[in-house]
Amino acid sequence: MIAAYVVLDGFDLGAGAIYLIAAKTNNERRRVLRAIGPVWDGNEVWLIAAGGTLYFAFPRLYASSFSGFYLPLTIVLWLLILRGVGIEFRGHIENHVWQDFFDVIFSVSSILLAVVFGAALGNVVRGVPLDSTGYFFEPLWTNFKSGPQTGILDWYTVLIGALALVTLAAHGSYYVALKTDEDLGRRARGFALLCWPLQFFLTISTLLATYFIRPEIMVNYGRHKVGILVPMMVVASLAVMLWANPKGKEKLAFVASSLYIVGMLVGAAFALYPVVLPARDHQYDLTIYNTAAGAHGLNVGLVWWLFAAVLVVAYFVFVYRRFRGKVQLGEGHY
Amino acid sequence: MDGALLIHRLHFAFTATFHYLFPQLTMGLALLIVVLKTIALRRNNPVYDEAARFWAKIFGINFIVGVVTGIPMEFQFGTNWSHFSRFAGGVIGQTLAMEGMFAFFLESAFIGLFLFGEKRLSPKAHWLSAVAVFAGSWLSGYFIIATDAFMQHPVGYYKAADGSLQLASFWDFVLNPWAGWQYAHNMGGAAITGAFIMTSVGAFYLLSGKWTTHARIFVKTGVIAGCLFSVLQIFPTGDQQGKMVTDLQPVTLAAMEGLFHSQPGASLVIIGQPDEQKRKIDNPIEVPGMLSILSYRRWNAHVRGLDAFPQHDWPDNIPLLYYSYHIMVGLGTFFVAIMVVALLLLWRGRLFNARWMLWILMLSAPFPYIANTAGWMTAEIGRQPWVVYGLMRTEDGYSKLVSAGNSMFTLLGFMGIYTVLGILFLFLIWREIERGPVAGNEPVSSLHPATEAR
Repeated sequence: MIAAYVVLDGFDLGAGAIYLIAAKTNNERRRVLRAIGPVWDGNEVWLIAAGGTLYFAFPRLYASSFSGFYLPLTIVLWLLILRGVGIEFRGHIENHVWQDFFDVIFSVSSILLAVVFGAALGNVVRGVPLDSTGYFFEPLWTNFKSGPQTGILDWYTVLIGALALVTLAAHGSYYVALKTDEDLGRRARGFALLCWPLQFFLTISTLLATYFIRPEIMVNYGRHKVGILVPMMVVASLAVMLWANPKGKEKLAFVASSLYIVGMLVGAAFALYPVVLPARDHQYDLTIYNTAAGAHGLNVGLVWWLFAAVLVVAYFVFVYRRFRGKVQLGEGHY
Repeated sequence: MDGALLIHRLHFAFTATFHYLFPQLTMGLALLIVVLKTIALRRNNPVYDEAARFWAKIFGINFIVGVVTGIPMEFQFGTNWSHFSRFAGGVIGQTLAMEGMFAFFLESAFIGLFLFGEKRLSPKAHWLSAVAVFAGSWLSGYFIIATDAFMQHPVGYYKAADGSLQLASFWDFVLNPWAGWQYAHNMGGAAITGAFIMTSVGAFYLLSGKWTTHARIFVKTGVIAGCLFSVLQIFPTGDQQGKMVTDLQPVTLAAMEGLFHSQPGASLVIIGQPDEQKRKIDNPIEVPGMLSILSYRRWNAHVRGLDAFPQHDWPDNIPLLYYSYHIMVGLGTFFVAIMVVALLLLWRGRLFNARWMLWILMLSAPFPYIANTAGWMTAEIGRQPWVVYGLMRTEDGYSKLVSAGNSMFTLLGFMGIYTVLGILFLFLIWREIERGPVAGNEPVSSLHPATEAR
C-alpha cells in the first residue's frame, strides 16, 4: 500500500516539484494542474488508507513510529495541507499575484514532501533509537552523524531524501509528458532527461551508503536468491527510462519509473524482513511478529480489506479512463 | 493536570473541533445536492441543475478544507496518543482503516467525476456520481462514529496477554448499540447544518432581491429539510442518546445536567450556573420532575447525582460539559421553533415575502455549527476521565516521549495554518455567494465556463 501511495501520489508530487521550472505560462500551469487535479485527492487517500491499515494490523508499530517520528510527520501534515490548498484554491482567484503565490506554495511543499518522505524512509533503513518500552523520539537533527544519538536528518537520510526528490521529479516529468503536449510536454521530457544521470548517481551512492550504515542488509539477499531479482528490476527500469524517454515513449518511461520506485521500496522491505522498524540496538527491533494485532482482528481485516481493495481498483480504473488522454484547456476548472 | 497531558488534549481538541466545522456541511450538503439533482432529473428542470451546480461549488471548497484538516486527525492517534493507540489499535484500527478503504476511496474517486465531469457524463451518470459522493461521506461518518462509540462504550473486544485490547467479535464491535443512535443524531446534526446554510444563502438572496428563482428553491428545500431533521434531532435520536447516557454513563448524565445530589423526582435545569465547590446551581430555572421523566419515564424516579460516584471518576471539566450540553439542547429547541414557523409560512405561501422571518433564517447560519460543536464536546468531555470508557484513563493514553514543548510547537503551528485556512475559506465562499447561482457571472478573464462545477 505504501508502494501504491508513492507511485501514485509520487507523480503528482513530482509534477509539483518541476512545476515552477517546466510550466512557464499560466496556461501551462493550469494544464499541469488539470493533469493531476482529478486524481491527487484520490492518490492521497492511499496515504490515509495505508495509515489506517497499519493501525489495525500493526498497532504497536503505528504507535511507536508515529510518536517517534512526531516532528517530521507533523511537518508532513502541514505540507499536505498547504499543498492541497495551493492546488485547489488557485483556480478560484483570477489574479496573477495570488496565483503566483499559490504556485510557489504548491511547488515548494511538493519538493519538501518528497525530501521528507525520503528522509523518513532513510530513518527506517538506518534504524531508530527504540528502547525496551518500544518507543522512541527523534529530534529533527542532532549532529548529522548516524549515531548513536540520531536525529531525523543526518547525512544518510538527507542523501535518501535527495534521491527521493530526484526520483519523484523524474516520475512527475514522465507523467506530465504523458498527459500534455507541445512545449510543456517537450520541456517535461527534457527535464526528465536531466534527472536521469543524477538519479543514476544517487541510486548507486545510496546503495553503497546503505551497505556502509547497515552491512547486514545483504543477509536476506544471501539467504534467498530470488531477492536478487529486485535490484535487477531496478537497474533494468533505469535503463528503460534512459532509452524510452528520448524516443517519445512516455508511457513506457512512466511505467519504468513506477517499477523503479516499487523495486527500491520492495528491495528495502525485503532486506529488512521480518523487521519493520529496526532499532539502533537490535534487541529492540520491531518485527511483524511483535507488532501484529490479534489473530481474529487480522483475519476479519483481511476479508474486508481484500473486498475493499477490489472496489478501489475498480474506481481507479474507472476514473483514470474517464480522464485519459492529453489534457486540453477549455472545459472545467483549474 | 500534568503539563504535557493538557497540551496533547488541547492539540486534539483544537484540530478536531476545527476539522468538524467542515465535514458537517459536506455531509449535509451531499444529501441536499442529491435531493436537488433528483428533482432536476425527474422534472427535467434545468433551474434545479443550476442550483445543484452552485451548491457543488460551495461543496467543493468546503470538501477540500475538510480533507486537508482531516488527514491530521488520523495521524494524531499515533503521534500524540500512541499509548492509547497501542492499547486500543487492534480494535479501533479496524474502523479507521475501513473508513479509508471503503468511504474515502469511494468519495474521492467520484468527487472528481461529480465536480469535473458533468459534460462528459450523461445526466443519470452524473446523478449517480452525486449519490456516490453522498454515500461515501455518510459511510465515512459511520466508521468514525463506530470508533467513537467504542471509546464511549467498548464492546466486542478481549484483553490480550500484553494488556492491549484485541478484536473478539467484528460484528459486535461494528454494530455497537451506542453507535446506532449516535450516528442518527450526528448525521441529523450534519443535515441541519446543510439545511440552515442553504436556507440562509437563499434568504440572503431574497432579501437582496437577487436570483430570486434560485433563492426560492434554496429556502424551500432548506426549510423542509431543516424542519424534518430538527424535529428528528430531539425525538427520537436525542432522546434515545440521552437514555443511553443514563444507562451506561450515569456519572456523565449527572454532570451534564448539573445534578450534584441524588434525588427522586429530579428537576431539569434550564438555566443556571453550576458551582462545583458549593455543589449547587446558582439562580436556577428548573422544570420539576422533568429529569426523572426524561431519564426513566417516571416523574418520581430516583436519579443518581454526582455524589453517588467517587470524585476521581467525575468528568474533569464539569462546567464546560454542563454548558456544552445546555447550549446544544437550547439551540436544538430554537431550531425546531424557527423551522416550524418557517414551514407554516411556506405552506401558507407567505414565507418569501415575510422579511422578518427571512432575516431570522439568514442570521441563523452560525448556530448549527455551534450546536454540533457543543454536542461533540458533550460527548467527549462527558467521556472523561476515560479515553476508553472504564478501561483506560486519558492520562495514560498520550505519547509519553513527546514532550510538552514539542506538542506545543505543533499545536501553535496548526493554529497558525488553520487561521489562514479559515480566512481563505470564508473569503472564497463569500465570493461564490456574491457570484451567485447563474452561469455567465464569472469575471471576464475566465476561460472556463461556469457551467462546469466548482
